[in-house]
Amino acid sequence: MTGNEAVAFALKQIDPDVIAAYPITPQTDIVQYFSSFVADGAVKTEFVTVESEHSAMSATVGAAAAGARAMTATAANGLALMWEILYIAASNRLPIVMPVVNRALSGPINIHCDHSDTMGARDSGWIQLYSENAQEAYDNMFQALRIAEHPDVLLPVMVCLDGFIISHALENLVVNEDELVKNFIGAYKPQYPLLDVDNPVTVGPIDMYDFYFEHKRQQSEAMKNAQEVILAVAREYEQKTGRSYGLFEEYRMDDAEVAVLVMSSAAGTAKAAVDELREQGHKVGLVKLRVFRPFPHEKLAGALQHLKALAVMDRAESFSTMGGPLFNEVRSALYGAGGGPLVRDFIFGLGGRDIGVAEIVEIFKKTLETAAAGKVDEMVCYLGVRE
Amino acid sequence: MSAVVGKPGWKSVSRAGLILEAGNAAEYETGDWRTQRPIWHEGRCIQCYRCWVYCPDGAIVIKDGKVSGIDYVHCKGCGVCVSECPTKDPALELITESEAIES
Repeated sequence: MTGNEAVAFALKQIDPDVIAAYPITPQTDIVQYFSSFVADGAVKTEFVTVESEHSAMSATVGAAAAGARAMTATAANGLALMWEILYIAASNRLPIVMPVVNRALSGPINIHCDHSDTMGARDSGWIQLYSENAQEAYDNMFQALRIAEHPDVLLPVMVCLDGFIISHALENLVVNEDELVKNFIGAYKPQYPLLDVDNPVTVGPIDMYDFYFEHKRQQSEAMKNAQEVILAVAREYEQKTGRSYGLFEEYRMDDAEVAVLVMSSAAGTAKAAVDELREQGHKVGLVKLRVFRPFPHEKLAGALQHLKALAVMDRAESFSTMGGPLFNEVRSALYGAGGGPLVRDFIFGLGGRDIGVAEIVEIFKKTLETAAAGKVDEMVCYLGVRE
Repeated sequence: MSAVVGKPGWKSVSRAGLILEAGNAAEYETGDWRTQRPIWHEGRCIQCYRCWVYCPDGAIVIKDGKVSGIDYVHCKGCGVCVSECPTKDPALELITESEAIES
């Protein structure tokens, strides 16, 4: 299956009450495959074709507030058009799950992979899970639903997968039995659905200076709670499927002195680079971050503490002039944690620029030099950009 | 900060600002939004009820079937009652809140 087929198949197994979606490359297949499930009667979902992503997210919010298990899917400029409603979904505490097929946010216009779309939405109040491959994208869908709907969380979740690299590449993967999915996700019991006419409720009323701040504080707490829920859901998923997930994955990190930290598909390539350098006797490792929101700052700082130097790989630019968003979060998590590695940033792969094992070996070599020198000469590098 | 002191904290307010009870507008005191206020002159009032009909907040007080004053706890000072008042010598006039404080 391709990554998009895997996600569409997960949606079929979930059989949500409502999906409202608008097609955009490279997400289009997800909605297209799902619409054929609807046409074939394979799902009971109310499928709403809308005229834009702003409407897709608005309809999803309305359905979720009414008490439905409601979902959508998007990418890049489509996500940007949802912006206003992303915040409304999160602040109304609606457990919407949305696959996002990561694509460069224009311009110049480009349809290929980078993380500029979801990184821009990092402060919208959504939980963000990043997937290395089609298997992870598929598995994340079910876990996302359980995380979103947990009473201590009640926040929307983005399931991110790399555009084309994962969304359109064919991979072998293990799928779950329908019955297993049904038991794992369970029946959805919304707490205050608008359609419960015997218990009328007002959703989204105006919230002035005397209460707005308290509701934002509740949102922060829900995001904090999400970390433990993500781990608990992952444990249960592992019991049922044998596939294990966490906040991040550590690869050959035990005695590592230098490591790379990266998200999504580039992590698979980085594992090959680690193996190659280990064969040459270098003590290198990899941390693959799965959960970007909530940011697992304490646990991550603990896992990175023993390193001499760390390279963060950012598939997005923040234009802060001090590195990409991932670099800034990681370095901030390490600051004040006592000691810790020297940290460098490598911005890579923008607009679908390919990244291979050789490039990541180069990153390791530069970072090994940083460890040997004991200082960072070049904080932010743009990997593979022509001068 | 007086508007926030003594109100419930984030652990006890309803999730996401959900309003779980119907018909609770009276509990929300909107009078402090006001920058100007209508003053009602009983002697000039002809009891036509136009102010009561048009007031968007139900802030015209009716007692024993007669207009008898203004509920300043909820009146937002929009002035609709003043512009609707049909008497030649207006029974309702609008003054600023600072004028109200001074007098």
